[in-house]
Amino acid sequence: MRLPSGGLIDRGTNLRFQFDKQWYAGHDGDTLASALLANGVKLVGRSFKYHRPRGVLSAGSEEPNALVHIGKGAAQNPNVRATTQALYDGLYATSQNAWPSLKFDVMEANNLLAPFLGAGFYYKTFMWPRAFWEKLYEPFIRRAAGLGALAGMPDPAAYEKGFAHCDLLVIGTGPTGLMAALTAARAGVDVILADEGERFGGRLLSETGAIDGQSGAEWADSVIAELSGMDNVRLMTRTTVTGAYDGGTYGAVERVAHHLATVPTGLPLECFWRIVAKRTVLGAGALERPIAFANNDRPGVMLASAVRSYVNRYAVAPGKRVAVFGSNNDAHQTVRDLQTAGVEVVALIDPRAGAGKDIGVPVHQACVSDTKGRLGLTEITLSNGRTLKVDCLAVSGGWNPTVHMTCHMNGRPQWREDIASFVPRNGGIPGMIPAGACQGDFSTTACLEGGIAAATRALSELGKSAPDIEVPEAEDTAYALDPLWAVPGKGHAWLDFQNDVTTKDIKQAARENMVSVEHMKRYTTQGMATDQGKNSNVGALALLADATGRGIPETGTTTFRPPYVPVALSTLGAGARGKGFAPERKTTSHVATEQMGAPFIEAGLWYRPSYFPRDGETHWRQSCDREVGYVRNAVGVCDVSTLGKIDLKGPDAGKFLDFVYSNTLSTLKPGKTRYGLMLREDGFVMDDGTTACLGETHYLMTTTTAAAGQVMKHLDYVQQVHARDMAVRFTSVTEHWAQFAVAGPKSRELLSAVIDEPITDETFPFMANGPVSVDGIAGRLFRISFSGEHAYEIAIPARYGDALFRDLVARAEALGGGAYGMEALNVLRIEKGFITHSEIDGRVTADDIGFGRMVSAKKDCIGKLATTRPALTEPGRQQLVGLKPAGAVKMMSPGAHLFTDGDDAIRENDQGYITSEGYSPTLNSNLALGFLKDGRARHGEIVQVIDHLREVKTMVEVCDPVFFDPEGGRMRG
Amino acid sequence: MAKLNAKNPADGLLPLTEGEMTLTEVEAREIWSIAPYPGVSAGIPSPNRSTGKEGARMIWAGRDQALWIGTNAPDAKLSETAALTDQSDAWTIVRLDGAGADDALARLTPLDLREGHFKRGHTARTLVGHMTAQITRTTKGFEIMVFRSMAGTLVHELQVAMQSVAARSKAQRSWE
Repeated sequence: MRLPSGGLIDRGTNLRFQFDKQWYAGHDGDTLASALLANGVKLVGRSFKYHRPRGVLSAGSEEPNALVHIGKGAAQNPNVRATTQALYDGLYATSQNAWPSLKFDVMEANNLLAPFLGAGFYYKTFMWPRAFWEKLYEPFIRRAAGLGALAGMPDPAAYEKGFAHCDLLVIGTGPTGLMAALTAARAGVDVILADEGERFGGRLLSETGAIDGQSGAEWADSVIAELSGMDNVRLMTRTTVTGAYDGGTYGAVERVAHHLATVPTGLPLECFWRIVAKRTVLGAGALERPIAFANNDRPGVMLASAVRSYVNRYAVAPGKRVAVFGSNNDAHQTVRDLQTAGVEVVALIDPRAGAGKDIGVPVHQACVSDTKGRLGLTEITLSNGRTLKVDCLAVSGGWNPTVHMTCHMNGRPQWREDIASFVPRNGGIPGMIPAGACQGDFSTTACLEGGIAAATRALSELGKSAPDIEVPEAEDTAYALDPLWAVPGKGHAWLDFQNDVTTKDIKQAARENMVSVEHMKRYTTQGMATDQGKNSNVGALALLADATGRGIPETGTTTFRPPYVPVALSTLGAGARGKGFAPERKTTSHVATEQMGAPFIEAGLWYRPSYFPRDGETHWRQSCDREVGYVRNAVGVCDVSTLGKIDLKGPDAGKFLDFVYSNTLSTLKPGKTRYGLMLREDGFVMDDGTTACLGETHYLMTTTTAAAGQVMKHLDYVQQVHARDMAVRFTSVTEHWAQFAVAGPKSRELLSAVIDEPITDETFPFMANGPVSVDGIAGRLFRISFSGEHAYEIAIPARYGDALFRDLVARAEALGGGAYGMEALNVLRIEKGFITHSEIDGRVTADDIGFGRMVSAKKDCIGKLATTRPALTEPGRQQLVGLKPAGAVKMMSPGAHLFTDGDDAIRENDQGYITSEGYSPTLNSNLALGFLKDGRARHGEIVQVIDHLREVKTMVEVCDPVFFDPEGGRMRG
Repeated sequence: MAKLNAKNPADGLLPLTEGEMTLTEVEAREIWSIAPYPGVSAGIPSPNRSTGKEGARMIWAGRDQALWIGTNAPDAKLSETAALTDQSDAWTIVRLDGAGADDALARLTPLDLREGHFKRGHTARTLVGHMTAQITRTTKGFEIMVFRSMAGTLVHELQVAMQSVAARSKAQRSWE
């Protein structure tokens, strides 16, 4: 019910919204919860397990009950706390976890089963028969128990992530945070002030106490007005700091557009910030704790602080006849505020002798022991036997400092007996200074002072002096708490509203020897789900302490982990959808390749053409066969720019190459190119490629596409660790040069028409390299071949790559050839037995691939010693072989395993595996490469290939891995 | 004879404007890596700093390494004491400027871009989204370099960030 006056709402606005398809109205400044209460809606949800009717408990992000869906269709957002959702015109909310309706929920029958659904019921009831778990019990529990539901469709909203940096991060804008921010800002340091609320002020917005003669809200506004005029201050509202991480880094989720009726294009719904701060003042405040008594979960039972929030901030009376139950003086303020607002207060119930004598309402020195009212509170019973007709009960069991963030790096809070609460231990988070209520200082004056002191300390640690600042005049009353955790009596007394955990569950856990607080949590599910036990943790462990006969400090707390509030996965994963998932690396020939209709395959981050389809071709194999034919019979062109190119210079470059390659490179003469094999420190093959000597002290190393980064990193490592004094420097030039393979019997004919000076076999023999020019542009030519044909690779600065590729392809087509893609490249190299990373997969030695003699005996190199280890040299290692079909079945899938003819195809009999396979149009046969135990001695043998995944068996003949032109005449000729 | 026309890395993608921010390609020119040999002091900038000015600039680019960016190639005599390597075509360079440029960049890079910390002439090897990048603050704005092959991704990521910042400042104005 809306009060006739007061509150921080804009009564001039009329916002219409729906809850469970019913239309209501509210004002700007309302939350969904306050607007519902203003409309007399008390029942807002059903509990997790027993589906008991539940109402609004709190007025903040700690809310366990009032969880709703916001939006519909793909935009439906589950588990939104109605207490933090700002109202806007057209807001669409629905209740969760109830069917068919909130008022009549069939699952409420679970409530009758409560005796069987107590602590640990998952573990006990559904143990057997085993098969029933997956088929029957789990689906049932999932349907019955639950929070909100996902939309089941991709979220159309935009999300983003960002980084922010400051000298001082202030978390929270109650009296503590505002004073800390003001002190630091006036000292001139960079301040970020973050608050999870819709507006700044924290608890000040909900209390009636004056500060320097102004209302709390007015004072907060005046501080914010000063701060917003300063360049060194960044104000972040609707921003919850969710976690503390290493090096002064904090995670924070900003709800950018959840309060808007329509989200403008480009505006993200949420932003996940990583804030790096030299110092942090934590002014997170405190959370009020409920008291456990029978049926304390009915709609209408609320925290006393929440009642004050609704009355003072939102001008809403949460009931017509309200009683207040608490065991501390802070609760008494609730009576006064309700009276001021004109709401009938039926009674103050305080078990402490003589408490609240002069408050002006009937005072009962008693406890509330039970309640009545199916869908909302109608009556309370006191421990002295009296009953009172009320529709709202404000409860306060005292305050728990919000210590969460101080424990995110595994610190534990310490118990303070005088306030019966945990407070942060010193230095829990390096650089973070907790102050005010989260430190256990509950009066407004103590908070204001605490904020100044914390900022002063932070400033002095930053080498700055704090300005003189006066402490504003404010309330400074004593808290005077008698801890009261639970009222004895019959019936279920709820502790954790969200997970339906009662006092009995805690006692039962203790009886069943779940005496560690961490075991208790998991056994009872207390403190789980979206609220993470913000209202119940301390109460639960106090009862556990009581049940086990230990003290509360000895019992300790469970572990506080980030995030402080739930964060949507779409926010954490912001920017990673679609093209944001990974960078795309495109070659200079990409556009031309696209225009030719080629499908792309990903090679690391690179995009390379799979094949170039022609009219009339219906299957990639047709294109591939045709392209192989270009290279074998005419000329083919392929973009090979993605291979790593590393330029090495310096007097010791040759020496360095000898050290990183297993074979000798230093003897290479300028204008010559040599194949090299690189080992890892453990002696296995890391990578292979050609190295060209471009000048006396100048080399160009090529790596495979896949290992370009790994090799560069390896070279850096070798230079910095093993070769610090060698005069050599290297840098990647992969991106500077566009490079194209021109391969086939007509390759020289093609190139001679392109380059400015023609070449001959004499000027450019096999493995030669040298400078060339094309249209006056300086390029490089290498006579190397990955196809076994007379072939070249021509390199040109990348800006000319597109033009040169188009030119080469056009000329190749005129000569009866054309562009070829990765499929044809693969077939060509399999025909020649050339290896790729399918073969050198990190588990093979130089000898395994038949290159044992490439590990030079004359010099040392990285990995050489390790190659002499017994396991790398003893007989029985799997060696590279060629395989061709020897029966009716031709299929040889990579990954299939090899078995000796006649052996059972079981692991113990495994002889090897297939690494690469392709159909060779040149030899009219399927060909494969693979590794076979002692394979080089088994050429001619027939073995079985078993593909266990596809259930295919093929008989194959073992042969030399070089299927085509074993003498290499075509390549050299 | 072949006829070769040059293409810029961000050909067809730039310039673009979002809100008050503009993103332009810095035209291709001479880029050389300069890596002094061990024990030689070749006067390269200290870590995270750049020297010189538009037309002849050196920016620190890693351990014992700097990039020369200029209208001409560096003095060939330098090759006696340092490895000089042509990188002119290896990089995409874009310039982001205008009000909000730092906010847009803060969505993609963990660098502390505050004026007092990342001043004119400061440079860093860092990340832009998932890409390794080099960012330098110049008189005209931020110069952002990534591998040539990643031009498309760079422009895409920056455009999304710029749109978001532009949408925010527009929304903020309407709230005030």
